[in-house]
Amino acid sequence: MSTARAIAAAVRSGERSAREVTEAALADVDARDDTIHAFLTVLRDEALAEADAVDATVAAGGDPGPLAGVPIALKDNLCTRGIVTTCGSKILDGWRPPYDATVVELLRRAGGVALGKTNMDEFAMGSSTENSAFGPTRNPHDTDKVPGGSSGGSAAAVAAGFAALSLGSDTGGSIRQPAALCGVVGMKPTYGRVSRYGLVAFASSLDQIGPFARTVEDAALLYDVMAGHDPLDSTSLPVDAPSTLETLEHGVEGIRVGVCGDLIDGCAPDVRARVQQAAEALSAAGAKVEEVSVPEFAFGLSAYYLIAPAEASSNLARYDGVRYGLRIDAEDAATMNTATRTAGFGDEVKRRIMLGTYALSAGYYDAYYAQAQRVRTLVMQAFDRAYTSFDVLLGATAPSTAFGIGELVDDPMAMYMNDICTIPSNLAGHPAVSVPFGTGDDGLPIGVQVLAPALAEALLLRVARVLESAAPTGGSQ
Amino acid sequence: MSGSNEPGGLSRDDVMHVAVLARLELSEDEVELFTAQLSSVLAHAADVAALDLSHLEPSSHPIPVENVLRPDVPRPSLDRAEVLAAAPSVEDDRFRVPRIGGEAP
Amino acid sequence: MSTEWETVIGLEVHCELQTVTKLFCGCRNAFGDEPNTNICPVCLGLPGSLPVINGQAVELAMRIGVALHCEILPSTFSRKNYFYPDQAKDYQISQYDKPINLNGWLELPDGFRVGVTRAHMEEDTGKLTHVGQGGRINSAHHALVDYNRSGVPLVEIVSEPDIRSAAHARAYASELRGILVATGASDGRMEEGSMRVDANVSVRPKGSTEFGTRCEIKNLNSLRSLVRAIEYEAARQIALIESGDRIAQETRHWDEAAGRTDSMRSKEEANDYRYFPEPDLVPLVPDEAWQERVRAAMGPMPADRRSGLVAALGGTATEAESDQVRAVVDLGLDALVSAAAAAGAPASLALARAANEVASGGDAGLALSPDTFATLIGMEAGGQLSATQSKAVLGELLTAGGGDPVALAKQMGFEALGADTLVAVVGDVVAAHPDEWARYKDGDDKLTGFFTGEVMKATKGQANGKEVAAELRKLRG
Repeated sequence: MSTARAIAAAVRSGERSAREVTEAALADVDARDDTIHAFLTVLRDEALAEADAVDATVAAGGDPGPLAGVPIALKDNLCTRGIVTTCGSKILDGWRPPYDATVVELLRRAGGVALGKTNMDEFAMGSSTENSAFGPTRNPHDTDKVPGGSSGGSAAAVAAGFAALSLGSDTGGSIRQPAALCGVVGMKPTYGRVSRYGLVAFASSLDQIGPFARTVEDAALLYDVMAGHDPLDSTSLPVDAPSTLETLEHGVEGIRVGVCGDLIDGCAPDVRARVQQAAEALSAAGAKVEEVSVPEFAFGLSAYYLIAPAEASSNLARYDGVRYGLRIDAEDAATMNTATRTAGFGDEVKRRIMLGTYALSAGYYDAYYAQAQRVRTLVMQAFDRAYTSFDVLLGATAPSTAFGIGELVDDPMAMYMNDICTIPSNLAGHPAVSVPFGTGDDGLPIGVQVLAPALAEALLLRVARVLESAAPTGGSQ
Repeated sequence: MSGSNEPGGLSRDDVMHVAVLARLELSEDEVELFTAQLSSVLAHAADVAALDLSHLEPSSHPIPVENVLRPDVPRPSLDRAEVLAAAPSVEDDRFRVPRIGGEAP
Repeated sequence: MSTEWETVIGLEVHCELQTVTKLFCGCRNAFGDEPNTNICPVCLGLPGSLPVINGQAVELAMRIGVALHCEILPSTFSRKNYFYPDQAKDYQISQYDKPINLNGWLELPDGFRVGVTRAHMEEDTGKLTHVGQGGRINSAHHALVDYNRSGVPLVEIVSEPDIRSAAHARAYASELRGILVATGASDGRMEEGSMRVDANVSVRPKGSTEFGTRCEIKNLNSLRSLVRAIEYEAARQIALIESGDRIAQETRHWDEAAGRTDSMRSKEEANDYRYFPEPDLVPLVPDEAWQERVRAAMGPMPADRRSGLVAALGGTATEAESDQVRAVVDLGLDALVSAAAAAGAPASLALARAANEVASGGDAGLALSPDTFATLIGMEAGGQLSATQSKAVLGELLTAGGGDPVALAKQMGFEALGADTLVAVVGDVVAAHPDEWARYKDGDDKLTGFFTGEVMKATKGQANGKEVAAELRKLRG
């Protein structure tokens, strides 16, 4: 699969037809996705129809958009009108949304071709895609390993070359961590940059939609299409989103990079080594690289595992068997609700709903939820302090390379530790990106993470671009 | 709620009470398992609970935005047929549910 | 020795705002439409939907705050979490710890002041129909839900427990309704549910400062029910206490047909709503300029209109006139009286006609133009029409939906009686009743009425009563 940039250029110029690109992508999915299981739904007819529409526009001399003919995979928590949307759960039971998410409309308007809906941890809760009700997705680099989560399907779809681009959602690291484990670029924008209208909510104050791509340039291309104010989302930032593509190649001369030990020290040795290499690469490219300590990040995990489940417990209350989805009948409504939710939700979702309900309940609100929101303020202020001396921060994305399927399923706490480097950005609402940077001792991909202040996506991707061009290729170097 | 008020002290009774609030039914094994797992998570949260952060305001939004409003102008509603087609049970163009035990809170 | 008891009452009023669209979405806010035709992803709580606040709803909520002398404050929204089939998201978006209006008061027409704790914004639920025996919830077999009302904007107005009688409770509800209509916030139709009143009732020994246990009474569909229910409930509680029983704090349902309150205690535990700040919305901060615009856009409140009429009466009103003033303002007919007074007619006459004849004309009264009314009153005051004739013309105006009083009077043959004719008729009547005339000459002024009646009969109501009385006095010498 070529880059999105190349495909769009070829389709816009008429050199390739969108249909041909789409047919090839679909054939590839047919041939190889059985093992990987990136997709839950493949949009055969719909994709071809969309491709044909793009070709027709080109033939008529119109502008098919910056993503013309690019095959794009969509995480299955994005509402797609008339197309089954599962959120990786049994409880939606074949539900077809009667509307499209705003980002889906934007992609379509830009000429993108939706290839299919990808697998995910149920309701975005997980770090391995093993919590999907429909079986796990496998890491294309080693099919005995997890692709990460919760956007494992979207990461794998791009890593495997099925799609040039994909969309995921990131609440505690669910784009960046699978990106790292699958060796692709994955970015979480500033909270409010990309509309959440049509993203099935997990934790409302933390969720953001973001791009997966094989190159930083492709990620910038997709991000630029999606970013911007949406009147249907009250938390959408009422400001224009400047282009990140325009300044992508401006380099890092004079940029102050803070290498953050708190986002590195707890990681595996091979991961730490790659981050060190990345720091050196940035230095060689002209950045001013120094160490920085932000000890407040250590409280992020606990705060996150109170705030996210609390909001989720409320967001998932609507799955009650009344209006759509699964219903297990009973004599009275309350029993029906209980039977439906008990049958329809997986263990991890139940766990987090209960944790969240507990954290909000009478007598515990102040000690847990309100306190976690104060930690959030603490983390935001810590970031602000760091950014008085630095322009961006550098750290690891995931604490290790991909772990084995089945390895951590019985230890929720160990699973949660996978988010330790990614969570602070979600709490603060800041943008961050994972860039592939070599492999681990086991030959599996490693990603390094760049963090930037709110609204600084252009700077973020500039730095990412430099890392990409300096990334080690092949085995250990 | 019965059980300890101290952070981290989650009891079986707490778990069962919370399950009722969340409309979830747990088996005996699940109550055991969840009590242990949730206690473990909350034990980690104890470090947070112990911090003196009284000088800080809780934040619920990363970036302050205010006064987001929309004009009082109609937008198209959904097609009733499409919506009801997705419903588990319909009667008289309405969503049908089993009898409701109590009055609305 | 029996205790003297005091009833303590607080009222909670839910007011549906008269906006074109719902609180958080663009669906129409309309009563009586076909079920489930005014629904969308937002008010149906579909996965991925997000709320956006209706600016007009905020405007009306602020007007209510101004009218109730509240502090208008920066406010936030919170989620009130509970499962119920008419609650599309299984949480209600309401205001909890930071409501928009706080600490106001409402003065009753008799001068008694009731504190208003708060008046906050929240969304309405869908409508449930219980199907099965009796249509009452306790005997139903199943239920049907219509979400047309889901998401309609409400303002909940909570009074302090300052009210001490059912009569004052009625006056409070009535005055509040007048205010809500005057602000344009509501149409005040209790029978359509656009204004719903719940009463919190407790009793205590007179002189005590502690509050007794209170019960909340629901299902009060009219002001009359409000009065009956309060009286019943107070008596019920007093009887219980006097027989040594405890009052259970609970919600009770008013049964209009049976004339009693019934316990609504269900087997469910007390609700833990787990309030937390709504993450999908941002704060409302109404600055001074906005508050000023709201104030400037408001018309006079019922209290202002009442004092306006009293001023037109010369500054004082008799008890009868005060009743008329209240009635006329309540019915929205005060513009008629003000117009007549401004045109120079006697305010008390205008008031009487408005309170009696116009009021009994129903909706036609509201359609009557103030200019037309002023002209008519001027004709009666100036002697061109007798009282009887004036009432007749007024009746015609109301039936016909308007008209020209002068032309109508001519049409109906109500020429003023010529002075000569009047003198002649009075002379004839006096001559026909010598005994009565003798008593009148002796000073029995009460006979004025008798003679006036006879003159009216003879002239078919055309005579002017005052002129008859003047002529009689003249004849007497």
